[in-house]
This record gives sequence, C-alpha cells and structure tokens, in this order.
Amino acid sequence: MEHLSNEHIRPLSPNIQIYRPQLTSVLSVVNRITGVFLSACAVFLVAWLVAAASGREAYSRFHDCIASWPGQFFLLASTFAFFLHFCGGIRHLVWDTGRGFELRQIYISGWIVVAASMALTLACWLASLLMARQV
Amino acid sequence: MVGHRFRSPLGLAMGLGSAKSGVGHWWTERVTAVALIPLGVWFAASLIAHSGSSYDAFIGWMGSPITAVLMILLLITLFWHITLGLQVVIEDYVHSGAKIWLLLTTHFVCFALAVAGIVATLRIAVGVWTVI
Repeated sequence: MEHLSNEHIRPLSPNIQIYRPQLTSVLSVVNRITGVFLSACAVFLVAWLVAAASGREAYSRFHDCIASWPGQFFLLASTFAFFLHFCGGIRHLVWDTGRGFELRQIYISGWIVVAASMALTLACWLASLLMARQV
Repeated sequence: MVGHRFRSPLGLAMGLGSAKSGVGHWWTERVTAVALIPLGVWFAASLIAHSGSSYDAFIGWMGSPITAVLMILLLITLFWHITLGLQVVIEDYVHSGAKIWLLLTTHFVCFALAVAGIVATLRIAVGVWTVI
C-alpha cells in the first residue's frame, strides 16, 4: 500500500485554466471577488462610524478623504460591487430553492444581474447627487 | 440546529459525514444573506438621503433609536456573513499551515470590527440621548 501514501502527487482534473470565460463562470468569480472586496469596504464602514463617534473634526477629516477623487472612485467601485454581490446573492438564493437551473434561465438571470447592478449603481449616484444639490 | 433537516438520518445519528458542521455554516450564510437584503437596502437608501447633509444632521439621524437598532443589526449580520464568506474563500485556496492562522485572524478581526462599530453607534446614540 506504499504507493497510496499521502506524499504521492496526484494529477488534478483540468480546471478554470482551460475554459473560455463564460457569463456563468465569470459571474461566479465576480460574486467571490466582490464579497472579498466588500469585506474590505466594511472596514471603512466601521472607520466611518468611529470617526463620527470621535467628533466633528475626525468626521470632517474622514469626509474629506471620501470627497477626494480617489475616495469618490473607491465609493463608486464599492457601490457597483455592492449591487453585483447583492443581485448575485439574490440569484443564488433563488437557486437554493431549486429554481432557475435551465441553461436559458441561468443566462437570463445572469444578464439581469449585470444590467440591474449597473442601473442601480447609476440610480443611486444620480439620486445622491440630486440630494446633495438640494441641501 | 435549523440545518438538520437537510442531513441524512444516518449522518445525523453518527454525527459524521463529509459535511460535519458544513450544513450549519451553509444555512447561516443564507440566513444572514436574507437578513442583509432589507438591511442593505435601508443602509443604501439612508446614505443617499444624507448626501451632502451636515455633521449635526447626520448625528441627529444616528441618534434615533430606530437607526441605532438597525445599524447594530446591520453590523452583526454583515460581519457574521463576512466571517462565513471569507472562511470559505480561505479554505478553498489556502492549503498550507497559514490556513489556520488566516482563519483565526479573520474571525478575530471581524469580531473586533463588529464590536468597534457597535460601540461607536451606541456612543453616538447615547450622546444624543444625553443631550436631549
């Protein structure tokens, strides 16, 4: 039984490296990447709350960071990542009920996730800019 | 556990099987995901509603009991979901001895951040209540 020892390196079946990217696989990876990215964003959520609790000066310093160009880009990226993960997550929850597994349905729901994420990101930023103007 | 109805009777009786505590993990990830739908919508809508508002207006909003309760619920649910999600990512890609340390660090950091966020929220809320 020596040849079955754990040290024996076994060949792995071919994985993502040999497949052409498809909507299905890309969205699967995107759900993961946005999840990890949003985890990093959650650190900023806590930093924002702590800054607000620390007082006016700390909050305005945090606000200046967000208002800068890199800050705004980060906020835009996190908004899009939020909606991709949000819509992708709802798609996963629907799958968990055993529905929507036909190939055609999978592609339709996939494109809905992409379109809805873009539309919601745009809508949020437009609404936010309009609100900021009124104040 | 809620997830037990997805397990086979034999696996349940023996407490073994490939899933071990995986069903509970999987189920909790879903429960937190469902809770994060309304909480996420509330959070996004609140941020939009407060675009460009002053520090005082923001603190006033944070000081309302409903906001404080929802913010703390969001923090607990969000960091619970993050812990479970990052655990899966780490377990999928890290196979060296670093795995256990990464898992420990992720869990500790997530708990610490959640507590920091809750304390900050309470500090703002209690501060507003004391002034009133």
